[in-house]
Amino acid sequence: MSTHPQNAFSPAVPLVPRSGVRTNVFQGKPVSPVVTFPVRPSAEVVVPKVALDSISLSYKTTSGERLLALDNVSLEVMPGEFLCIVGPSGCGKSTLLHLIAGLHPQTSGKVFVDGAPVNGPGTDRILIFQELGLFPWLTVGGNVEFGMKMKNIGKAEREEKVQYYLRLVHLSKFKNSYIHQLSGGMRQRVALARALAAEPDVLLMDEPFAALDAQTRDLLHDELERIWAETGRTIIFVTHNVREAVRLGDRVALLTFRPGQVKQEFSVDLPRPRHMEQPDVARTAGNILDCLRAEINKSLEAEYADEKAR
Amino acid sequence: MKKLAKQVIFYSALVGLWALLAKLHIWPPYLFPPPWGVGRALWDGFADHSFWIGIAVTMKRMLIGYSLSIVLGMILGLAISSNKFLEETLGGLLVSLQSLPSICWIPLAVLWFGLTEKAILFVVLMGSLLSVTIAMEDGRKQMPKIYGMAGRNLGASGFRLFWSVLLPASLPFIVNGMKQGWAFAWRSLIQAEMIFLSLGLGQLLMMGRDLSDMNQVMAVMILIIILGFAVDGLIFRTMERRLQEKYGLST
Repeated sequence: MSTHPQNAFSPAVPLVPRSGVRTNVFQGKPVSPVVTFPVRPSAEVVVPKVALDSISLSYKTTSGERLLALDNVSLEVMPGEFLCIVGPSGCGKSTLLHLIAGLHPQTSGKVFVDGAPVNGPGTDRILIFQELGLFPWLTVGGNVEFGMKMKNIGKAEREEKVQYYLRLVHLSKFKNSYIHQLSGGMRQRVALARALAAEPDVLLMDEPFAALDAQTRDLLHDELERIWAETGRTIIFVTHNVREAVRLGDRVALLTFRPGQVKQEFSVDLPRPRHMEQPDVARTAGNILDCLRAEINKSLEAEYADEKAR
Repeated sequence: MKKLAKQVIFYSALVGLWALLAKLHIWPPYLFPPPWGVGRALWDGFADHSFWIGIAVTMKRMLIGYSLSIVLGMILGLAISSNKFLEETLGGLLVSLQSLPSICWIPLAVLWFGLTEKAILFVVLMGSLLSVTIAMEDGRKQMPKIYGMAGRNLGASGFRLFWSVLLPASLPFIVNGMKQGWAFAWRSLIQAEMIFLSLGLGQLLMMGRDLSDMNQVMAVMILIIILGFAVDGLIFRTMERRLQEKYGLST
């Protein structure tokens, strides 16, 4: 089990204990100003929040040949950890999130959450899709309460939680707006609030900030980091931007080009809060990028080869 | 406002031209009814209640036949879109049946149901059922897959997934099908009424023909246009535009 980097937090970020934090935060009581560092249990006892055990996935392409998308991927994510997965396009990183979310079956191998095998979707793991998939026929509030409605949570409690999570993403004023009335960054935050309101243990994020401008993205990085610290969720974040991965992650896993395999894992032991422009973030990202470059070249070569074959 | 002004000018000019042509007496009035004759026929028709009754009877048939076709069409469309076998067999049959004008069903309808209300409703049903079914099926297919995934991801499954996600997600397509279905049903009904002679606007039109009263024929034609447009142009188009805006489908 790799070193667990939870204590890499700077005390500047207000922290609450990781365990049982959800009920606390949610009573609407102000978060305790006393900074309590998460107590890290000794590595032998901890059951990984999410464990991928030799996951493989292959599928038939339209031309009939079998394509191996993921090959024997094994990964462990600790409770409360922020794991970033990077890789070239076409390495199956989005697919991996879909497998963890249980939206798609793998060909072989198993996904475990809290030690129990996953079969099918469950609200303990919520995926924020790259295209968001917000429901345009519902208001912002309606989107946020959707998961709770499916869990048959009472109206009063839903109202209260919608308020809470919209405040968390600074969208209280837009509760009654429709999605088409919002900007890209705001939609992103609605998606985050909708996912958080389902109160998952694990938040799966699929290149959520790829389509945003740099300023909005930086802002959302700060907010995501704050929310992660406040809610103690485990986050698995997929991106192709190495610097973003280093900015956010406790750990960065690098996937190879097709078939996707874990090439290497990097622990990021930089103090938080971090910034994209920080020299040590850039330096760490540089190291990872060196390792990634070979994979990017392979992906480009494959693309050109496809082009030529046509 | 500007658009309205343009329309007012256009329609006044149209009626003016019509009046001018009628005044010139190029054709006798029984071939080319003047606007004042048609206006008179409209006035008389409403005054002796025959137009009111005609409208009421036609709209009642329309509502019954159309509602029936919406309900059946949605069920059929859903069944076809969720079953590969039905899609490949029944789906293809429905598409080919759509090329058959529903008025062609009249001989069979009369044979099966007699000269009754049921026969008319059957023709209306056959007119709009297919387009509603096909639109429903298309809607299920064209609906972005992401909504279903997002719904399942957030804990929806079974009927609730259908009711709270799949159905609203395909609403723009359904409304489109309903609009088409309305247009087909409207045409079929008027056609059936013209052959059937059992009250309704179609019969009023044919009555004008039998009496060689072209004023009445044109008055009823205008009524049919106005009623059809009121529903299609005002209700459905507004609904469609609002939905497209909301769903981000309009540019």
